[in-house]
Amino acid sequence: MIRRRAGRTAVVAVLLAAGALLVTSALRDTLTYYRTPGEVLGDPDGARERVRLGGDVVPGSLRRDGDLVVFRLAEGGHEITVEQRGVPPETFREGEGAVIEGTLSADGRFRSDRVLVRHGNEYRPSTSPAEPPDAR
Amino acid sequence: MGARTVDLVADTARAAAGRRTMAWLAGGLAAAATVAGGWLAPPDEVQGQAQRLMYLHVPAAWVAYAAFAVVLAASGAYLVSGDLRWDRFARAGAEIGVSLTAVAIATGSLWGHLVWGTWWAWDPRLVSTALLLLAYTGYLALRRAVGERTDARDGGDHRVARRAAVVGVAGFILVPVVHFSVVWWRSLHQQATVLAPDRPPIDPRMGGALLLAVAAATLAAFCVLLHRVVRLERRLALDPSPAPERVPVRVG
Repeated sequence: MIRRRAGRTAVVAVLLAAGALLVTSALRDTLTYYRTPGEVLGDPDGARERVRLGGDVVPGSLRRDGDLVVFRLAEGGHEITVEQRGVPPETFREGEGAVIEGTLSADGRFRSDRVLVRHGNEYRPSTSPAEPPDAR
Repeated sequence: MGARTVDLVADTARAAAGRRTMAWLAGGLAAAATVAGGWLAPPDEVQGQAQRLMYLHVPAAWVAYAAFAVVLAASGAYLVSGDLRWDRFARAGAEIGVSLTAVAIATGSLWGHLVWGTWWAWDPRLVSTALLLLAYTGYLALRRAVGERTDARDGGDHRVARRAAVVGVAGFILVPVVHFSVVWWRSLHQQATVLAPDRPPIDPRMGGALLLAVAAATLAAFCVLLHRVVRLERRLALDPSPAPERVPVRVG
């Protein structure tokens, strides 16, 4: 009886391990949810197919060009210029993080059609217009 | 859980009064947290009013972790002592944990829609939380399946309790995976603030509202846990089983 139970436990353990292996390999895309600008620039062929690119929106780089939103995304000293087609979320702004989806073109620009805002873990009160903007 | 807890789960008028007092306290804390989180705390600079979802999302997630810790502790205590009362605590803990994980996913999804711009992302934190929900739903399903197959009463039978306890202990491994997923892997989800080692800044009014909400949710969940255990025992007492409550368990 004890022996049979030990055998059953072993089978369950093997099944669990196999399941974990399957899940982790299937979730490789999840475990590397986005690539950094450095990785995409280092392996441009890898980004010819649709990938996610994450970084911070470089302050001063955001502008509108027709129906395109153009900005630069930076992380770890590397930068990529992004041409986004479509309106980003309301919370999208310079200096904040973003994860975009699209492909790297031959001209080195990243053409995306989806923006997700990646905000930090710091929480500050919004400066409401009721308060005086300047203490002078 | 000490002698006081054992008192509180007794099916007596005094214990019931104690549980009622605790429920009122939880209600008061919840009211205070609603006022603090809904009005006193300012909206966030980046996220605006949507950040208030934090006062639901974070307590739900944290109390879910705590409920799964109850499952772990109670399952371990059952395996060591063979006392079926611990098995009932484990079941009640899993029920609370599963419900609150679902609440955390639902509020997180709404928060993600408002701030990230998506209801769902195949991100490590989101996927691991979904796995956690699946694992403990499976735990509850296992209890029911074993109970139905062996014609045993859930919460009053060692055949159900023994298997459930092994799964209840093993399942807890997912909790640290969920919690540290945002540190171990790249994630869309922000990292912890209150429990982060370097303590990123949070406005004290926001932090206070969050702590109140976590306290209210913890106490409320504790009340539900006691209530569930008392109800389970009452149901078992109506239909007394011939099997003894305490027998030595064989593990492995």
